[in-house]
This record gives sequence, C-alpha cells and structure tokens, in this order.
Amino acid sequence: MSTVNATLPGVFYRRPSPEQDPFVEVGAAVQEGQTIALIEVMKTFSEVKAEQAGTIGRFLLDEGDEVEAGQGVVEVVSP
Amino acid sequence: MSEIIVRSGGLYTTVQDIGRDGQYAIGMPPSGALDQYSYRVANLLVGNPDGAAALEATYIGPELEFTDDRRIAITGAEAPARINGEPVALWETLTVRAGDVLSFEMITSGARPYVAVSGGVAVPEYLGSRSTYTLTGIGGFQGRALRTDDRLPLGSPPISGPAPGTSVPAGLRLGLGGVAELRLVVGLCSYRLTPAALESFVDTEWKVTKDADRVGYRLRGGTIDFVDREPPFGAGSDPANVVDLGYPIGSVQIPGGNEPIVLLGDAVTGGGYATVGTVISVDRDRIAQARTGDRVSFTPVDVDAAISARRDRGIRLEKVRAAVS
Repeated sequence: MSTVNATLPGVFYRRPSPEQDPFVEVGAAVQEGQTIALIEVMKTFSEVKAEQAGTIGRFLLDEGDEVEAGQGVVEVVSP
Repeated sequence: MSEIIVRSGGLYTTVQDIGRDGQYAIGMPPSGALDQYSYRVANLLVGNPDGAAALEATYIGPELEFTDDRRIAITGAEAPARINGEPVALWETLTVRAGDVLSFEMITSGARPYVAVSGGVAVPEYLGSRSTYTLTGIGGFQGRALRTDDRLPLGSPPISGPAPGTSVPAGLRLGLGGVAELRLVVGLCSYRLTPAALESFVDTEWKVTKDADRVGYRLRGGTIDFVDREPPFGAGSDPANVVDLGYPIGSVQIPGGNEPIVLLGDAVTGGGYATVGTVISVDRDRIAQARTGDRVSFTPVDVDAAISARRDRGIRLEKVRAAVS
C-alpha cells in the first residue's frame, strides 16, 4: 500500500467540477499517472495523480477539506 | 542568443525584478519579486547588478535546462533542488553547463523559491521593468507564467562575481516557519472600525486561505465590526465600503467584515473597501513566504518603525554583499 501526498497546500476536491462524479471511487482500479483528485490554490487546480497502479484503498480527506503540502490524501493498494 | 529552456513551468513561475515603481498614477501596480530580500540575495550570489530579473516560483518549482555555462543561485523558500539529479545547496553560488537541468522537489518550508542566473533574464523591459503582471498580461515573458517549451533569453554574464560554492551565512538567510508576524501601520480607513474591532484584529491569529496569490492574501479567523453610519454618496451600502481611494501596496482591507485581504505587488490600485492599515514593506517579504494554511498576526507600529525596519534590511543586504564578495 502507498499513500499519495499533496505536493502543494490548498483545498481538496474529488470531482472535476461540483456537478460531475468523482474521478474514482474507493475500490476502483487506477493506473500510474491517472488523475484521482484536485487541489485548488491561487485560483489554479492541480491534479493529484496515482504514483503507481493499484486499487483505491481509502481517501484520507473529504471533499472541500483544506490540505497541507506533504499531507497524505489517498491510499492506493498495490495489485 | 543564450537562453533557458523551460521543461516545466511548475505551478506559477514568473520573471520578476525589483518592481515597476512610479507607474501607480496610471493604475499600474509595482509587481516585482514579492520577497525582495531573497530575490536581491539571489542576484548578489551570481554577481548580477541590483535589479536584474530573476525567476519567482510558487509552491512547485520549475524544471529548467541551461544552454551555456552560467552561475545560478536559489534562495527564498526551502525547496530541495537538484542539478542533473544531484542535490545542490540553497543560498549558494552554483554553476551549470550547457545541457544541465535544474529541478525541484516538494517545498518543505516557505512558499516562493527564487532562481537568479548570471546575466539575468533578458526579457524586454516594459515601463522600466522586466516584472510580469499577469492580470493584464504585460511585462516579463509574454506577460504570463512560464510554460513547457518556453525559451527565456539571458543577458551577458558579469565578468566577475562570487566564486562557485560561496554561500550566505545562516544568520543572513530568511527566517521561515511559525506564525508570520506582520508589522502594520494603522490607517487609512481604520476610523471605520469600532475600537474593539481594531483590538480584535491585532489579537487574532489569521489563517491564510487558498485565495493567496501575487495580488493579495485572503485571511480567515475572526470577525471585524464597523462603526454604524449613513453611507456617504459613492460609498455603497456595505459597511466595509468607503468612497473610492488608492490602495497602498500592503494595505489590509476587510470586504464584508470577516475576511481581511492583504494586498501585494500585483494588487489592484484603488477601490472602495476600507483599509485597516498597511503592512510595512519589509514584512511583505515574510508574508510572501507564508503559504495556504499558515498563520499570520499583525502588530501595530508607527511610520518611523517602518522606515527603520527598511533601513535595517538595507544594512542586512550590505552584510550579505560583504559576505559573498
């Protein structure tokens, strides 16, 4: 299992926009480099990407939570 | 012509210098490096004249490829840096050769690293400055933040300068971490606040929100009450409004009464929000290195204290100059 950490501070979102579905749900398979969340800071949305292939274990933050740089945001279970 | 190839621009990297002063009357903010101390020290480390243009990154550093031999220096936020994958020191004169690649890891403290290159970034001057002002798309590199495949022109390197390996003594580097204490000259519209509100403003530890960029930092953490009054013509109905005035750079306005905004180098130059006070210029270096989620507090000082702090920073910069030359 590995934890994906935020590379910058901001506000955490699991959806590309408020009306859309989350990028991925818990239990879903992800590929390396796949976008799994967004962090908003300075009116810019940065993508949080899976660092390796695996399955989404759990999110460590809720939609709209504030996040610090280096904080864990999601656990990915290795295949 | 010699240039830097931008492999990745990072989150928001712009060309900045000492600032575009003297254009306020036409509504043009000064822009320039938000943390002037780190920016100026970076130039000293590569032997550049004061005012040479450098790069200011935010949160995520750029990846840069060099096309000739240069000296470079990285100051400001603590962002572990590498040249061709090998870790290099910050606040130190470094050398790069054609084909070398500078990259950054995640910032560990502070918000804005500065990269100076000997010869300076030689984008054309606009109104006497090479600083980027992205809101109107002027100055710097095409008036915008750097993107992949941009090619930044460089000036001729100075003939002499600090030797590679020259480093800034620890005591002359920027102090980072903890609550950023910002000295504040109270005014211009502080009369709009109740006496209790001004007290509560300076007693509150404010938290930097995600809306914190080169234009200004929006803070959260308290509520500010304004004196009741019949708004004069032109002031609008919000109790935080006054008749329009010019906003000093560093001034703190409180739209709606609960989220103060500290205006920085790219600020809009005027409007109708009451300004509680103005953060002194020296301490704007400090807020520039505060990041989203960090805490800031305000301490009232008078104008003499602000001028004396500016003089002290000048002395500190001369100490750096002496230490690296």
